[in-house]
Amino acid sequence: MASQTLYDKLWNRHLVAELPDGSALLYVDRHLLHEVTSPQAFSGLRAAGRKPWRIGPNVAVPDHAVPTRRRELGVAGIADRVARVQVETLTRNCHEFGIPLIELEDARQGIVHVVGPEQGLTLPGMTIVCGDSHTATHGAFATLAMGIGTSEVEHVLASQTLRTQRQKNMRVVFDGAMGFGVTPKDLILALIGRIGTAGGTGYAIEYAGEAIRTMSMEGRMTICNMSIEAGARAGMIAYDAITEAYVRGRPHAPEGTEYANACRYWQSLRSDEDAVFDREEYFPVSALVPQVTWGTSPEMVVGIDGCVPDSAGPDAAAQNSMKRTLDYMGLEPGQALKGLPIDKVFIGSCTNARIEDLRAVANLVKGRKISRSVAQALIVPGSGQIRLQAEREGLDTIFQKAGFEWRAAGCSMCLGMNDDRLQPGERCASTSNRNFEGRQGKGGQTHLMSPLMAAAAALTGKLTDVREL
Amino acid sequence: MEPFTAHAGLVIPFNRANVDTDAILPKQYLKMLGKTGYGDFLFDDERYLDPGDVDIPVGDRRPDPDFILNQPPFDRGTVLLAGANFGCGSSREHAVWALHDYGVRVVLAPSFGDIFFNNCFNNGLLPVILAQSVIDRLFELASQPGEVSLTVDLERCEIVQGENVWSFVVEPGRRDNLLSGLDDIGRTMALGETILEYEAQRRSVEPWMFR
Repeated sequence: MASQTLYDKLWNRHLVAELPDGSALLYVDRHLLHEVTSPQAFSGLRAAGRKPWRIGPNVAVPDHAVPTRRRELGVAGIADRVARVQVETLTRNCHEFGIPLIELEDARQGIVHVVGPEQGLTLPGMTIVCGDSHTATHGAFATLAMGIGTSEVEHVLASQTLRTQRQKNMRVVFDGAMGFGVTPKDLILALIGRIGTAGGTGYAIEYAGEAIRTMSMEGRMTICNMSIEAGARAGMIAYDAITEAYVRGRPHAPEGTEYANACRYWQSLRSDEDAVFDREEYFPVSALVPQVTWGTSPEMVVGIDGCVPDSAGPDAAAQNSMKRTLDYMGLEPGQALKGLPIDKVFIGSCTNARIEDLRAVANLVKGRKISRSVAQALIVPGSGQIRLQAEREGLDTIFQKAGFEWRAAGCSMCLGMNDDRLQPGERCASTSNRNFEGRQGKGGQTHLMSPLMAAAAALTGKLTDVREL
Repeated sequence: MEPFTAHAGLVIPFNRANVDTDAILPKQYLKMLGKTGYGDFLFDDERYLDPGDVDIPVGDRRPDPDFILNQPPFDRGTVLLAGANFGCGSSREHAVWALHDYGVRVVLAPSFGDIFFNNCFNNGLLPVILAQSVIDRLFELASQPGEVSLTVDLERCEIVQGENVWSFVVEPGRRDNLLSGLDDIGRTMALGETILEYEAQRRSVEPWMFR
């Protein structure tokens, strides 16, 4: 057999049928659901008199619009009536169709892409889909994981398959070791800066190289998570001993002999030595500095020692776009990023709200205070389990003593569907994944960065090079 | 889904690259449970001067006169002419529902966000990828005084504007879906036996996937 990439292997293993029109029917091993992109899919099933093909692969958890305060009140604590009805609808749909649900009050509740890996619902070799573009996160486990639309959610519920097109293969080699103060978030932001937000469109990206091989699963998830910000529906990383150590003993991981058998198969989840990629990006990381976005697209990113570009070049449309961006962001061409005052700090999201992120932040802010000029600094753990773990380690005390608010798990200010939002004109240092206009609140100005950099900004009240603290 | 064979309509020139689905439909409207009723909120952040939410009547809000959808004749437009990477970002199908509910039936752009592109075909909205030179020409035409209408013919895969004719390419399966208005799920369910056979084979080699 010809050499295959990891993506080829996952694709071939899950191919149910090649369809006459050139698309393919791909089997789905895990389907994750949440309150926002599922109600219309359940309505569609009901209207057509259909039932889920299988129950087992589905797991639902409310995360997008849930409050991060007063969690003890449960669903009744959702002040926004429309959002409450949506979460209640998820509960009702799951009960009606028999779909396993992790409820809001459950200690396992959290952001769907944090909960999946944590509970061992994400296993190497799977295909994983969810009505959420950050589903690529799970690719860190050598899975083929993709975001889908609600019509496709309904299709997967009904048939356990997805009609889809084969992507091209891209490999990104992050070579070398990350320097002091540089994190996986900086790598992925810098990559997006290089290839652009459409650079990966039509590709499945495999991340490789020394920096990836030595990276924790948390870091790998951060990298794969933002594949969609590079335009790629799926990002993935080969299986290795680090993957195995993370999966072992998780609640839904196989056990005993079956686990040993699974591990033997999982060993094959890597690209063949001589596999050919349609595109390769070589990215040395040792000289990389912490990254920060200046604009309203994740590709508008520079090192913290950098400046807003002087000009957008000769193209009129590009100049208009640049002007619009800078007007929205309240910035001038050529302006330095370092020292820019910020109003709020958000440490959270499916990109950066795992225990390793929180430990890094705690390590930096321990015994320090956030700046008086910062109106609000939120730390929103990715799941209830992470919240408990952080509390066991005393991180919550460190955060609160420093002046951070310690919240319950959810998507929170990453997209501002709950009441954690920016007000117009507020500038935010955020560990989330999108700096689009209005993303964190209408008129809010978002700068994306790593948890370390966001923590540094909280301490000084301005964009800061964490390496200088 | 209603079949799509051809559509004639007025062009809305929206000359901006990387228009994301958050811009097309902001987050507060993702709380709704249906597939309709989103049209009033299309491009909400830019379309109104004051903030909106599901329970704020649009009639009480102030449209931004500088925004293209509030300007005649574009307020009657149904063919959106856009820049590169239109519909990038969030997977929210709500963005497609909002465009469709507003009345947009075709989006012309040099490239699209992958998930958005997919979602369009499941809702009777036709996304057409055209060469940058054609898109540039269309923007040029649309910037002339007066209105520019064109016809998008999916059966012939042609765009006709006055004397101009441009052809385009759509994947055959997706084209058939739009032309027939057929439900993907029904066609897949007809392959039920094949899916069962696949499961049996897979279960024998990866039994832990079927616990």
